[in-house]
Amino acid sequence: MDTALKKRIGKAVTWVMTFLLMLIICLPGLWVVLTGFRPNREVLAKPAIWIPEELTLNNFAQIFGFGAEQVAIPVPAYFTNSLIIALTSTVIAILIGMSGGYAFARFRFRFKDGIFLGLMLSRTVPGIALSLPVFMIWSRLGLIDTKPGLIIVYVALNIPFTIWLIDGFFRQIPKEMSEAAQVDGCTRWQAFWKIEFPLARSGIASAAIFAFLTSWNEYALASQLTRSTDSKTLPVGLMDFTAQFTIDWAGMSAMAVIIIVPALILTFIVQKHLISGLTFGGVKG
Amino acid sequence: MAKIEKKLPFWQREGFTPFILLLPAILVLVLVVLLPLLFSLYTSFTGYRLIRPDSLYNFVGFRNYERIFTDWDFWVAFGRTVLFLTIALNLEFLFGLGIALLINRITWGQRTLRTIMMFPMMFSPILVGYQFKFIFNDNIGVLNNALQSLGLSDGAIPWLVDKHLAMGSIIVAEVWMSTSIFAILLLAGLFAMPRDPLEAAKVDGCNPWQVFRHITLPFLMPFAFIAMTIRSLDVARAYDIVDVMTGGGPAGRTELLWTMIARVGYDNSRMGQANAMAYVSILLSIAFTYYFFRKLIAARRYMGGAN
Repeated sequence: MDTALKKRIGKAVTWVMTFLLMLIICLPGLWVVLTGFRPNREVLAKPAIWIPEELTLNNFAQIFGFGAEQVAIPVPAYFTNSLIIALTSTVIAILIGMSGGYAFARFRFRFKDGIFLGLMLSRTVPGIALSLPVFMIWSRLGLIDTKPGLIIVYVALNIPFTIWLIDGFFRQIPKEMSEAAQVDGCTRWQAFWKIEFPLARSGIASAAIFAFLTSWNEYALASQLTRSTDSKTLPVGLMDFTAQFTIDWAGMSAMAVIIIVPALILTFIVQKHLISGLTFGGVKG
Repeated sequence: MAKIEKKLPFWQREGFTPFILLLPAILVLVLVVLLPLLFSLYTSFTGYRLIRPDSLYNFVGFRNYERIFTDWDFWVAFGRTVLFLTIALNLEFLFGLGIALLINRITWGQRTLRTIMMFPMMFSPILVGYQFKFIFNDNIGVLNNALQSLGLSDGAIPWLVDKHLAMGSIIVAEVWMSTSIFAILLLAGLFAMPRDPLEAAKVDGCNPWQVFRHITLPFLMPFAFIAMTIRSLDVARAYDIVDVMTGGGPAGRTELLWTMIARVGYDNSRMGQANAMAYVSILLSIAFTYYFFRKLIAARRYMGGAN
């Protein structure tokens, strides 16, 4: 066999494999999205209807309470809760993470490695294991089923990783730039906001998106610390469907779409920075 | 300058700044993680039940630990959790490596492929669980429907109800969700790889397998261990998937340590015992993280230097 043919076959195999791979990655999600736009009776049909005969926005209208038929699950309230809780905890976590990340990137101090290890170890605690004592303490403090109760937990959940990422982004900025600004008469505080922060801004933004998604997607803690429409988030709300007598697959899929869409958009924005942040912090440590 | 430094109160001195900067982070973690964990350590030595608040002061010594360590169901769940993690992490590494090598060969559309690869990573575990619950549903699931439409099976295969298939289905969901972390980090490793050693090896007459085995793979290992470390920080995510897909059933066949904690703590309201189990699960997570972190450092050293 001549080499040109061999190469061409190799290329074809690569493409076929890649195509299959993308199919495996994309199909499950796409199928859920498609189901969200189909009437439930078509989803339940036997034998299966593969090519949708009817696409409808009814499922979305229903879970948001616009449709003729009402669904007993208050999705709009869950959506608002999720948004408020994820946004607030992200803003707080980023502020704390910036201050901590800057400390790790720019200072030498005692117990530095120990503190870093401690931060990371706090992240290894499984959500469900942490939920037990937090549940007991929060119920005494009256924080169960409140938004602040969940927000503070998510801030703690996000701090270690935020510090790790932001530390990496600050380290990529040469120390000399801020030092030069200080020689020229800036205070360290001014130098930070005028030099380092603008340079690290896109990295910090991606750390923020990552924190937002962690809070947006979290389930183990939220499922125990929330009770009602006061604080239930979307992932917990999704499980409400399974408690019903018959599972409303179409409605559930519509709700899944609402959870997926922000995640997809934000992933798309963040992807480049996240990869560089993860590898930088890890390899050059 | 030194004179001025001396007059400053201690919290304004240079050496103190990093601690002030870290104070908020440490404060939050102490309040939300450390103190609760100390409280749960105490609770694990009591017979605390949620329905009887006064039982919090009912000190029972090591009885909770004795009870779980002599409980066969606990050891089965523990062993299953370790086995589950071992299988899942190995599969994720292998698939991730394959995917990274594959995408590395593609010259056109690489960025798009990489972005698509990140999507499963950003999915909520609860969504991944739901998605596969839907796919594996015996009655209306896509998988059974496809098998039936293709004529490969007449009956409905109970993927999530059968005692052998249920665990496999959960592993599929877990691997689908987390393989991309490995793929992305290994791909970043391939991009960062220097060309010279590869060329030199080819000149010296190494075959592609030898090049891969002795040059590419050792170079990639630190990246693989970063992925493993990141993953082991978050292994308990599998709880969400199991909770949605099977809830630990059928008949406890997919019960992992984490679902067991939830069942004992919240459903049976035996908080003391659940906290004892929670401590075992925390130690397990720390053990996994520590193991991979050590491997990461060793792999880096093998590469020579910190780069």
